[in-house]
Amino acid sequence: MMLRGRAEKFNILCMSKLEKKLLSGNEAIALAALHSGCALGVGYPGTPSTEILENFSKLGGTAEWAPNEKVAAEVALGAAFAEASSMCTMKHVGFNVAQDLFFTASYSGIQGAFVAVVADDPGMASSQNEQDTRSLGYIGGLPVIEPADSQEAYDFTRLAFKLSRKWGIPFILRTTTRIAHSNTIVCYDPDSAEPLHPTKYEKDITTHVMVPGHAKPAHKRLRQKHADMLKWNESDESPNLIIEGKSNELGIVASGVAFQHAMEVAPDAGFFKVAFSNPLPVAKIAEFTKRYKRCVVIEEGDPYMTTLLLAGGANVEPRDEVWRFGEFNSDRARAQIEGRTDYVAPVFKAKPPQLCKGCPHTFSFKPLVDLNCIVSGDIGCYTLAAMKPVSGMDLQICMGASIGMGIGLRKVLPEKRARKVVSVIGDSTFMHSGLTGLLEMVYNPPATGHVVVVVDNSTTAMTGQQEHPGTGRKLDHSPAPHAVSIADVAKAIGVQNVETFNPVRDCDKIKSYLEGKLATNETTLVILKQPCLLAAANLAKIKA
Amino acid sequence: MDKTTNIRIAGLGGMGVLKAALILGELLFEEGYDVKKAEVHGMSQRGGSISSDVRFGKKVVSPMIGEGTIDFLLSLEPEWSDVHKASLAPDGVVISPADFDVSKLKSAKSINVAALGVLSKHLDIPESRWLETVAKFFPEKLREANEEAFKLGRNS
Repeated sequence: MMLRGRAEKFNILCMSKLEKKLLSGNEAIALAALHSGCALGVGYPGTPSTEILENFSKLGGTAEWAPNEKVAAEVALGAAFAEASSMCTMKHVGFNVAQDLFFTASYSGIQGAFVAVVADDPGMASSQNEQDTRSLGYIGGLPVIEPADSQEAYDFTRLAFKLSRKWGIPFILRTTTRIAHSNTIVCYDPDSAEPLHPTKYEKDITTHVMVPGHAKPAHKRLRQKHADMLKWNESDESPNLIIEGKSNELGIVASGVAFQHAMEVAPDAGFFKVAFSNPLPVAKIAEFTKRYKRCVVIEEGDPYMTTLLLAGGANVEPRDEVWRFGEFNSDRARAQIEGRTDYVAPVFKAKPPQLCKGCPHTFSFKPLVDLNCIVSGDIGCYTLAAMKPVSGMDLQICMGASIGMGIGLRKVLPEKRARKVVSVIGDSTFMHSGLTGLLEMVYNPPATGHVVVVVDNSTTAMTGQQEHPGTGRKLDHSPAPHAVSIADVAKAIGVQNVETFNPVRDCDKIKSYLEGKLATNETTLVILKQPCLLAAANLAKIKA
Repeated sequence: MDKTTNIRIAGLGGMGVLKAALILGELLFEEGYDVKKAEVHGMSQRGGSISSDVRFGKKVVSPMIGEGTIDFLLSLEPEWSDVHKASLAPDGVVISPADFDVSKLKSAKSINVAALGVLSKHLDIPESRWLETVAKFFPEKLREANEEAFKLGRNS
């Protein structure tokens, strides 16, 4: 196929005074946060959200990695109580960690603006589940906005900051892998950038102290805000978009990147493109659906809109369960529109990811495999050690769970088996949520004691070598005021034995040390410390 | 030319699949096309299979290429990436390291740019624009090797 000959040149959308760039969704969100006068961006790395704060920092914004998503959200909320505009970023499962804060911050409300960017991973390209943040926003009373490309990622981030301040409530900007990591054209007006909002703190315990007596009226205020937001979302000011069809045969309700897939295969259909998806403008969508003989809801993840629209009497078809699983694309959208449920995504033979050649983790697991341990594992590159050829991990559920699950196994298994149980956790994951597991270990130790192995490669490797409280460097790799020592923390908590080895050089020593400690009834923490190969190379570049 | 052109770059993590997509996307954008580029990061980068879709034209809608519609497949590691041939359009073109003399590359790391060189023969964009864009994405010391790699592909 040849495309030679005079190619047409197109200038898209942009007027001359606007800047125009090809940006990923994450880059667009970072730029919009900067232009929204965001005083502080805080988060914990997680695919596909990580590059937002990295870009925000490069653009000159104040960006920080917190130890975990809950702390990030706490810091951002505090800033928003002082009338600043703040942002926190996380992947979908990170929201679970922060959820405790969000589900009451929706009650308390805020005096500034607070945008939580939550990146879903339908299809689980790099995650342990494919939960849908829209459903969580619904349960927690948090408004949700969904961009469908990088332009909207920019526009809706700015809108979310405005609306968050207008209604005094944290907003969720829900992205998905294909929004976060797709590059599309973004036009913006650099002159529209806003300055940082002036800050002050005014004491008001009725909104800032959520004891029952304050939370009861706060819940009613929250629901009133939702009623107000719904009214606005049904007005012409809403970012939702109605495109009437060429005929009244087919109407489509869609949001996020699923809208693009549906538009690709059914350009002549009528569209209700939902952008502000909680509170969902059900009555307005129902009115739209009644203008069409048949309406299909194309949404990635949960049947979130489908369920609400069916309950609200809209003329939409129930969604087959088959569309709940995996990432959407235009072929799936076509199959759903045609009412086919036999669609099977083509399976490409793919080489699975594996630990890098020479990775310290490959050495760390060897003694554990040799000792025939039951390894309660955790989240990070080292999770790949569960697979061949290392085959050195037995459990992995969520960040930090390795320690608690290992303790649980030890408490119920017969002694001989219990003595084989070891918890393995990475350094960044330990900072994220390992500390509380250690407290459990020293407070309620199993009769056989327990052994925790920290595979310390001195970075957050899996997401692209981000810093954490133990690396001694901040998000932008500049020196941090303090580097947390895992050994000192473990000793202070009261772990009986704390030892550090080099996993590459000390293989035999590690094996005999572990063998000895597994035979005792004591609590032990072993740090296997050797920097990630990729991080070491990148750090050398940064220093140069 | 209203039709959207679909290019998939596929290979293994670490081969420069994402870099090639970045260069191509930026060039097409600067040439005035609507461009959408989609890829998956994270676990797939650890030496596993990886691919990036670059779509361009007057107006691109979905960022992902539909089945059976790939116009150009840059298969950088044929053993693993030729599986994407199943998604080629009937007149789709496959570009692979077999199209140029890999032994003439200063570094095997430049296979991605050499493949762009082959692709450049099919697109109506001047060679100088390609070279300018390739140069933008590499530090000074790697520019010459990548310019040579591009020319190797283009002159194949």
